[in-house]
Amino acid sequence: MTTLTVHVRPEEDASRRLVPWRRMAWVTWRQHRFALAGVAVALGALAVYVWIVGLQLHHAYAAATTCNPASSACADLITHFNFMNHVLQGGYALQPVPALIGAFIGAPAVARELETGTFRYAWTQGFGRWRWTLAKLVMLAVVVTAAAGVISVLLSWYYQPYLGTGNQSLSLSEASPFSPALFDLRVVAFAASTLVAFAIGALAGLLIRRVVPAIVATLAVYTGLALVTANVLRQHYLTPLLTTKVNVPGSAWIYRQWWTKGGQFAFSGWRDAPPDLVQRCAAIPVGPLGKPSQATLGQCFAQHGYTQLTSYQPASRFWAFQWIEGGWLLALSLLLIAVTVWVVRRRAV
Amino acid sequence: MNIIEASALGKRYGSTWALRECTLAIPEGRVAALVGPNGAGKTTLLNLAVGLTDPTAGSVAVLGGTRPGSPAALDGIAFVAQDVPLYKNLSVADMLHLTRNLNRHFDQGYAEARLGELGIPLKRKAGKLSGGQQAQVALSLALARRPRLLVLDEPMAMLDPLARHDFMAKVMTAMVDDGVSVVLSSHVLAELERVADYLILLSGGSVQMAGEVDDLLACHRVLTGPAAEADRCTERLGVVHAWRAEAQVHLLIRTNGSADPVPPGWEEHPVSLEELTLAYLREPWAAALPGPARRRDTEVSEVTK
Repeated sequence: MTTLTVHVRPEEDASRRLVPWRRMAWVTWRQHRFALAGVAVALGALAVYVWIVGLQLHHAYAAATTCNPASSACADLITHFNFMNHVLQGGYALQPVPALIGAFIGAPAVARELETGTFRYAWTQGFGRWRWTLAKLVMLAVVVTAAAGVISVLLSWYYQPYLGTGNQSLSLSEASPFSPALFDLRVVAFAASTLVAFAIGALAGLLIRRVVPAIVATLAVYTGLALVTANVLRQHYLTPLLTTKVNVPGSAWIYRQWWTKGGQFAFSGWRDAPPDLVQRCAAIPVGPLGKPSQATLGQCFAQHGYTQLTSYQPASRFWAFQWIEGGWLLALSLLLIAVTVWVVRRRAV
Repeated sequence: MNIIEASALGKRYGSTWALRECTLAIPEGRVAALVGPNGAGKTTLLNLAVGLTDPTAGSVAVLGGTRPGSPAALDGIAFVAQDVPLYKNLSVADMLHLTRNLNRHFDQGYAEARLGELGIPLKRKAGKLSGGQQAQVALSLALARRPRLLVLDEPMAMLDPLARHDFMAKVMTAMVDDGVSVVLSSHVLAELERVADYLILLSGGSVQMAGEVDDLLACHRVLTGPAAEADRCTERLGVVHAWRAEAQVHLLIRTNGSADPVPPGWEEHPVSLEELTLAYLREPWAAALPGPARRRDTEVSEVTK
């Protein structure tokens, strides 16, 4: 049999034949309006709750910082502030929000089409399969990232009282802006986390082709990424500062503290101090708890020729850290979306 | 112009070839029927033609040399997939709006008029329609795009006999009125007989028979005669398949145009498309490409120039 050569004509005036991008806006809205409305309702409810308890928290903080420290009423106000709202305190309860938004919007975006077979309709229309995927993912990504950005502004406002630098001296709860759970909830990192969860969801949905397993996989992968980011990667964004000051502010992120003598490493923590040194310093005046305070103990150690070194990130680097984290998460998200579009284009599914 | 041309086309899923060494050319302006047993590669061939999958081997071109899946091909081909995938939670009106947004051409008036004729309410959710109505909605959406080629994968699987008749009537009307070429795969041989004028028989992932229906029918005959003489005839004639019924035997023979005399004591009948197809389906090893295959090759070499 003769071999048949099929001549494939170059795609002439291909650009003129394309369906305009903006047409996908209506399509995306129509197909995802219920999911988007669900996220809007959930985030709206969260926003109202944060707003109400946030006003209470701010009032309690204002009362506790302006009262006369000597009065017993003031002690009550301080206790009241310190024990307010355990649900939101520390920020741990809000950690799953980006993962949930990403999983419930990102994972079904492509997986539902593959699961129900409607991709055979969607990808054979004039719009074209990879343009369909790109347009849909970009539009949804912009919407969920913007929504997360709005919520994170509100969360930043909510946690402001805990970040007051004078809190510790007033016996009020004080948190470092670098504390792992709070750092994630602030503006740039929160929006970028939501975007990356969405992008993980989209790719997982494409590869797994089933909505529910894709949601589970998205939650698992995002959780792993968030843990690695907080516990391993974040501390390497910038080289820490080194100081010999004994009182490092509570807002700083302290990596490590150790003592030196004559330029040589002596010991790391208070507990590892040589017994003779502790004995010599034990005679100095004690604090209210019957033990020498760390500050007085430190002064005593210093008198004996020891120097304390602290490596830390100052609170002033907070925004640099936010932008670094936001930047690489954004880059990762764009890469994941690009891979998703590329896989669709390659017809590898 | 050939509406679909395939050259040594192959598609492998894992270690299994769903389609292999498939070479064919379907001319424009036909209703081409793709038949074959389950797993013969019908859906794979159609998916390759509409650009849903890429070939593992060989090549395929549509609309006279366009790459499947390219903007021009997407623009000119409307596809109704097996089991008619519609968005079940969208209304029929939304499906129309969706399709209009996703295509450069969409004849909204035509689609609405067609659905009105069929009595399908536009406000009804697609998932709440009967199987027949869903198939009609999918066909209306496809035709309203004013395609040059309409590809239908098992369009009649979900339909009862009456709905099948109506469905094919609509396809035929579109074909006559708008000059749409149609390629459809189906198990329903009886229905194809009335509509198909080009036939491709796939078996085990490759083309077993392909050609104009009239040519295929013209070069096959059924001979009926005494069973005792069957073997003697088989040696002399190109017998594709033999049906034995007690003392009598029916032989489907290929005449290749030459007017062989009917042996004494035998009767000759013309063959129906259903009989012809069934005979080839029962004999997967029967010599693959009858007469028209040679003519197709000459067409192909013209294309090559």
